[in-house]
Amino acid sequence: MTPEELDQIAETEREAQSKFTQRVNVCVAAGCLSCQSQSVKDALDQEVTRRGTKDHCQVKGVGCMGLCSEGPLVSTNTGVLYKKVEATDGGAILDSLDGAPVSRLVCPTDVPFFQRQKKIVLENSGIIDPDRVEDYVAANGYTALIKALTEMTSREVTEQITRSGLRGRGGAGYPTGLKWSTVSKSVGTQKYVICNADEGDPGAFMDRSVLESDPHRVLEGMLIAAYAVGASEGYIYVRAEYPLAIKRLRTAIRQAEHIGLLGSNICGTRFSFRVDLRLGAGAFVCGEETALIASVEGKRGTPRPRPPYPAMEGLFGAPTLINNVETFANIAPIIRNGGEWYAGIGTEKSKGTKVFALAGRVENTGLVEVPMGISLREMVFDIGGGIPDGRKFKAVQTGGPSGGCLPSDCLDMPVDYESLARAGSIMGSGGMIVMDESSCMVDVAKYFMDFCMTESCGKCIPCRVGTYQMHRILTAIGNMTATPQDMKMLEELCDLLKHTSLCGLGQSAPNPVVSTLRSFAEEYRAHIEDHKCPAGVCGAQPAEERETA
Amino acid sequence: MRPVAPVKTLRIDGRDLSGRQEETILDVARQNGIFIPRLCEMDGLTDVGACRLCLVEIKGQNKLLPACVTSVEEGMEVTTDSERLQGYRKMILELLLTERNHVCSVCVSNGHCELQMLAQRLGITHVHFPYRFPKEEVDASHDRFVIDHNRCILCTRCVRVCDEIEGAHTWDIMGRGIDAKVITDLNEPWGTSETCTSCGKCVHVCPTGALFEKGRSVAEMLKRRQFLPYLTMMREENE
Repeated sequence: MTPEELDQIAETEREAQSKFTQRVNVCVAAGCLSCQSQSVKDALDQEVTRRGTKDHCQVKGVGCMGLCSEGPLVSTNTGVLYKKVEATDGGAILDSLDGAPVSRLVCPTDVPFFQRQKKIVLENSGIIDPDRVEDYVAANGYTALIKALTEMTSREVTEQITRSGLRGRGGAGYPTGLKWSTVSKSVGTQKYVICNADEGDPGAFMDRSVLESDPHRVLEGMLIAAYAVGASEGYIYVRAEYPLAIKRLRTAIRQAEHIGLLGSNICGTRFSFRVDLRLGAGAFVCGEETALIASVEGKRGTPRPRPPYPAMEGLFGAPTLINNVETFANIAPIIRNGGEWYAGIGTEKSKGTKVFALAGRVENTGLVEVPMGISLREMVFDIGGGIPDGRKFKAVQTGGPSGGCLPSDCLDMPVDYESLARAGSIMGSGGMIVMDESSCMVDVAKYFMDFCMTESCGKCIPCRVGTYQMHRILTAIGNMTATPQDMKMLEELCDLLKHTSLCGLGQSAPNPVVSTLRSFAEEYRAHIEDHKCPAGVCGAQPAEERETA
Repeated sequence: MRPVAPVKTLRIDGRDLSGRQEETILDVARQNGIFIPRLCEMDGLTDVGACRLCLVEIKGQNKLLPACVTSVEEGMEVTTDSERLQGYRKMILELLLTERNHVCSVCVSNGHCELQMLAQRLGITHVHFPYRFPKEEVDASHDRFVIDHNRCILCTRCVRVCDEIEGAHTWDIMGRGIDAKVITDLNEPWGTSETCTSCGKCVHVCPTGALFEKGRSVAEMLKRRQFLPYLTMMREENE
C-alpha cells in the first residue's frame, strides 16, 4: 500500500458515494440493535429494492449516534434524525426523502444534547459503515498514519502527542506523551503495544461504542503508537462480553491486513506491525494493566506490584505501551491537525474532549462527547435533559467502582481530572450515573462494594478480606442492624484498603464509601441511629413494596 | 576493566547501611537484623508482594512500598516500624485471622506457626473484626500429606515452590477474592494427582498448619525450610 493507492481507494469510494442522492443511515451499534434496528435496516433495504431506487438511494448501517435511550435511530441525508423507528416505518421514511419529514418520528437535533457536544473521538460514529474500510478511508482514515510514516520521525510523533496534552482515558489520566516517550526510550529489540478494551465499570459503554462504530480508528491509533515507540506487535484485549465489537475488530484487522496497512513494510517503509485479539474471560481486574498483561501471557489474571512499570518490563518482559481504546481513538486527529490544535480544547491541565456514557435518572441517556471543563450541571441538566418525573437531583456517580458520588453542591464544578479528584471522585473511564432522591447512598455504596468484593482477585489480603468485611458492614447498615462501632470499623477499613492494597482495584474500592460518607453522612446516621432509610430503599420491607417504591 | 558491583547506601530506621543494586530493602534489613514482618515472601522463591505486611515508608514517596520487591536505591530513607505501619500490619493480620478458622489449640503447627508467631510479636491480643467461620474442606487423600483449607492464608508459597523449585506445578489457585483457594491439578483430590511427586516441599514452606504430614498430632508439625536457600544456591552455582 502506497499513499497514492490509499488516495485511490478514497477517491473511488467518494465517487461511488456521490452517486447516491439519497442516504439513510441506520444505527447498528449494540444499543440500537437490541431494540431491533437490524429489522429496520432490513425493511429499508427491501423497500428500496422493491421501489427499484437502489442505484440512487443508499441504506447504510452505521455506528452509535449517541441518544441510545431513543433507539433505534435513523438519520437521512436531509439532516433529519428519527427516533424509535420500527420496521413498518421504512416506507414513510423513504417517502420523506423527497418531502416533509415524518413528524411523529422526528427527534429534534437542535437541543443541547446534540448542540453541546464536540466530536473528535466520535466524529465518524454514526456516519461511516464500521464494516467497510473504504468508508473509513474516504473519511480521511489512515491519512494520519501515512503522514506519520512518510513525513515524521518517531520522535516527532511523540512530540505532537506530548504537545497535545492528551492524558490516558482509562481513568488515571497519565500523560500519554510521557508514556510513549518512556516506552520509546526503554531498551529492547522487541516491544509491544496493547489496547486495553476490557471496559468493565458498571454503566460504562464508551469503549464498546467506539469499537463498534469506528474500529479502524483504534487500529490507526495503535499503528501510530507502534511507529512512535518502535513496537512491531500489538494486542487488543477486549472483553468477551462484547461479541459485536470483537466481530467488527476482526473484520477491521482482516481488511487492514488485506490492503497492507497491517503486516510487514507498511507503506514501503521499514515499519512492520501486526495486531492480534485477546478475549477477556470476565474478570474486572484484568483491566488493571499488569493483570491484563498476565492474562495475555496466558497466566492467571492477577496484578503484580509496580515498579517495574510495563513501560520497562511488560508483556513477556518486554517494554510495553498500554493505552485505553479512547486514548488510541484520539491519536489520528491529533497527528492530522497537530498537537497545538488539540491542546486548544479543554482546560489548562485536561485537554481535548471526553466521551461519557450518561446513564441513570436523566431524560437523555446515551453516549456523549464533550470538551473537558464542561460543568456537571451542564452534563446533567442541559445534555442529560434533567431528572425525569419532576424528581430532585441527588448525586452523580463517576468513575464506576473506583469513583465516587458527587452531591448537588459539586454541580458547578468543571469536569476535568483534577476537579473530580479534589471532590473525592475520579474521572474514570467515563461512566456517569445520575441519581435522584429515590436512590439511597448507603445502598449505592453497598452495590459498588459488592462489585469490588466479587471482582477482587484474592491475591492481597487487604482487598480480599477487607472488601468482604466492608460489604458485611454496609449490608448491616442497610438492614438497620449496624452499630456505631461498625461505622468506626468501616472508616478504618477504608483507610487500610486505600493505603495497603496491591493494585488500583483495592486501593480505590473504598472511594464509593468515602465519598458518600463525606457528602451523605446524614443518611448513614439515619440508618444506624433512627433505623430508617430516608430514601425508602433499605430495610426489611417486603420485596414487592420495594419494587413499587 | 574489573566488573564493578554497584553498591547503594541507604538508611533504614536511622541506620546507615549498604546493599547491592539487585538486593531488596527486605534483604538488606534481614542482613542487618532489622525485623520486617512478612508471610508470602520466602528466601529462594520469587516474590509476589501479596501479603502487604512488609510495607515500609520511604521518604519522599507518598505510597507505602512492599520491602520484598522494592530494590534499594542510593540515599533511600526507609522506616520499617512506624506507628502507622504497626496499625496496618495488625489490621491485616486480624483480617487473616477472621478469614478462615485458625484454632491454634488444635493445630498441628501450634507453637511453630508463622501466623501465630507474628500475631504474638505484633501484640494482637484480640480480633475486633467479626469472624467468618467458613466451612472449608480437609483433603487427606494423599498417602503422606494433608491440606486443611481452614488454616490456609493463600500466601501461595506452595504454588511457587512446586512450580519454581520442584517443577511439577501441581498446586495452583482457583476462584476469585474471598472464594480463592489453592488446588491440586484441576481441583482434584491430592491423592489422585498425576503431577504430584510427593516431594513434600509444599508442606515445609507452608507458614501455617494448612499443609502437614500425616501422623502428626497437635503442635508436632515442625517445618524444615533449610533446604530451600541451599537448593537455590547450589543450582545457581551450577549454572
